[in-house]
Amino acid sequence: MEKETIISFENFGFQYTAQAEPTLYDINLQIHKGEKILIAGPSGCGKSTLAHCINGLVPNSYPGKTTGALTIGGKNALELGLFGLSKIVGTVLQDSDSQFIGLTVAEDIAFALENDCVPTGEMHQQVERIAELVDVKQVLGHAPHEISGGQKQRVGLGGVMVSDVDVLLFDEPLANLDPATGKQAIVLIDEIQKRTGCAVIIIEHRLEDVLYRPVDRVVLMGDGRIVYDGSPDDLLCQNLLQERGIREPLYVTALKYAGVALTPEMRPSFLPELKLSEDQKAQVFAWFARQPAVKPTPNPEVLLRAEDIDFTYEGGHHALRGINAVIHKGEMLSIVGTNGAGKSTFSKVICGFEKPQSGILELNGQDLGALSIKERADHIGYVMQNPNQMISKTQIYDEVALGLRNRGVPEEEIRPRVEQTLKICGLYPFRNWPVSALSYGQKKRVTIASILVLKPEMILLDEPTAGQDLKHYTEIMDFLSELNRQGVTVVLITHDMHLMLEYTPRAIVFHAGKVIADMSAAQVLNSPEIVEAAHLKETSLYHLAGLCGISDPEEFTRRFIARDREVRV
Amino acid sequence: MTNLFNYIDRPSPIHRLTGACKLVCLITWSLAAMTSFYTPLLCVLTVAALILFRVARLRLKDISFMVGIMLVYILMNNVLIFLFSPTHGTTLYGTQTVLFRIAGPYVVTAEQLFYHFNVILKNACTIPIVLLFVCTTNPSEFAASLNRIGVSYRVSYAVALALRYIPDIQREFRDISLAQQARGTEMSKKASLVSRLKAASSILIPLILSSMERIETISNAMELRGFGKGKKRTWYSGRRFSKLDLLAMAVCVGLMLLSLALTYFNGGRYYNPFV
Repeated sequence: MEKETIISFENFGFQYTAQAEPTLYDINLQIHKGEKILIAGPSGCGKSTLAHCINGLVPNSYPGKTTGALTIGGKNALELGLFGLSKIVGTVLQDSDSQFIGLTVAEDIAFALENDCVPTGEMHQQVERIAELVDVKQVLGHAPHEISGGQKQRVGLGGVMVSDVDVLLFDEPLANLDPATGKQAIVLIDEIQKRTGCAVIIIEHRLEDVLYRPVDRVVLMGDGRIVYDGSPDDLLCQNLLQERGIREPLYVTALKYAGVALTPEMRPSFLPELKLSEDQKAQVFAWFARQPAVKPTPNPEVLLRAEDIDFTYEGGHHALRGINAVIHKGEMLSIVGTNGAGKSTFSKVICGFEKPQSGILELNGQDLGALSIKERADHIGYVMQNPNQMISKTQIYDEVALGLRNRGVPEEEIRPRVEQTLKICGLYPFRNWPVSALSYGQKKRVTIASILVLKPEMILLDEPTAGQDLKHYTEIMDFLSELNRQGVTVVLITHDMHLMLEYTPRAIVFHAGKVIADMSAAQVLNSPEIVEAAHLKETSLYHLAGLCGISDPEEFTRRFIARDREVRV
Repeated sequence: MTNLFNYIDRPSPIHRLTGACKLVCLITWSLAAMTSFYTPLLCVLTVAALILFRVARLRLKDISFMVGIMLVYILMNNVLIFLFSPTHGTTLYGTQTVLFRIAGPYVVTAEQLFYHFNVILKNACTIPIVLLFVCTTNPSEFAASLNRIGVSYRVSYAVALALRYIPDIQREFRDISLAQQARGTEMSKKASLVSRLKAASSILIPLILSSMERIETISNAMELRGFGKGKKRTWYSGRRFSKLDLLAMAVCVGLMLLSLALTYFNGGRYYNPFV
């Protein structure tokens, strides 16, 4: 059956006005009605630009020169313009928080209708209907800060569905969600597609998470071109993903390490339907047995001890309920949990941004209670998630020197310390550059450098890899591991299960203001109750281990990670 | 966190009025109070404002913070008037009834005191109405109201967005400020004024940068959902005027006309008990 084409790129190319080189070359892509497509690719591959071409932001908000043809809904996309396209393509942006326009959920869903001059009475009915469809009816009167991240995304989806669009475009829908909520988002997208028959386009580099529900096609991009366009099963049998810097599903990588020859018939893109023969299972088992056991790391001395920390915000929100935790010297540790579980509050308490009502906090046996924010910062450095929130100087050198200058360190002592720090962070060649010339990842390094220069014993990073593709993720994390080897204690607050598994031997799990687990990362992810409570996601390795009759999935996970790091370094 | 719009949801006739009606009433009422120094009218308005306050079921403790600021403002206003023109009342009313002398040009006259009394009355009849508007108007309705009285919807929505983002930006400001303090930027009273100003700039730059990012995202999000395509738009929270709305507006417009008429027929803005 030939399906109707809704989006068609023909020899399409695009160059931003401000850039010397085109961002997209020779794009030939057909998207049919009711199809579900994943567009993947590393940062800078052009996938966001491609999405902007489909929703009209390119060239209407980001001007540039197009070549070739782009037809959407049978019409030339350039002639349709941004508003014409908004009737056909509904876009759900990456950051569901900042795309929340209305003061309440209902108003946000109604926004497009308001712009279409729909009468108020009719608008209320339509909002009701959509709210039911995306299941936010109970919170219609709520403000954005009163609802959860998952609900915000539902509202975002409702806000574009209200225009009866034919195409739903999701720009990195998983970027700001915790693992469990991300999983629900994928399920929601799947259900909505089945119910409405819309074509769905998902732009994402987190392939495994998207494949939690089947997709019809994967389009892989690299350097502004389409390098693959076909079934996900075929794609996973090749090595294209790794070559392009996209992480394969972990179970696929594990199967490849074990030497299992993948074929599309095995259905490698959809874990619940993955078919392995007895021989292949035995192959995986044998590989597991061959891998050396991972030695547990000995427990070193205690650096930070938190005892019975209790904290309630001014408004009455009881954020921390009797927290007991220990951070060891030289350790690399993850703090995980849902939004609002208390992990950010806990880090604020450690840095002295918030004062707990009761409890003891000790660093090297010394009580921290009496120390000011600034004094604590000499021992504990805090790196915010968004580097733009930290950088206050225009020159890299000045930015890194800021903390030392504030502490009255003489200038002749500052120079060698700043230069040495810049060297450690790989920023020395850029020392005389303005900050604005750096990429996001480099800015992140500048903020880490500006903290490291104060020589803290411990650094605390909030979501260090949020929104980064595999290459930048690996860069940042390897850099942090290197720092850790040099003796700095590194604490990461994260949503990223793989980061926790791969880089941090131990994890502390927060839930509803309490610590519900303090164990190895592999152990956490192999405990269904903890995974469930803390909105985490079990790894697919757990499932694979079960499938192959391996009784210790934790150890399987550990050995896989150890092997994977060897391969990737 | 203290919000600019401190909407307090209580069942009252004032809450039931539409935002647009309340805005019209606020403007006409303020005009009536601003143009006139006709003391009896001001007294009536003040008493009426206090009664409306009761009708709206607002309690003093709900708004104690704002009332405090307003009282300080009234006090400052009067002190400054007296400092800079202690004989303004004499000039206005044309007589001089000296009560006692302080020093130099500072003479306390009955005329001056009466003038101050009028200034206070003017504040006293406007301020409760402003607070009433702020506390009983659902922020959602505010943009729709502005648009209803003729302000372009783009401007109206800009105001609504500002309301939407104020809490976010307050939170962000706090986070940035804490992170800067951790790097040793001294923000407390211990530092000199110059270094505190410098410190403030080290917060403002990141705040502006991250706000720019936010603005880009939000303007994209709005355009993608068709904002700005037509000359007009409707409002989810817009409501039709009820009879009560029309009545309230008629009364307030009437008050404004009365105030203007008094000014016109009395041959000046001032009610003069001294001649």
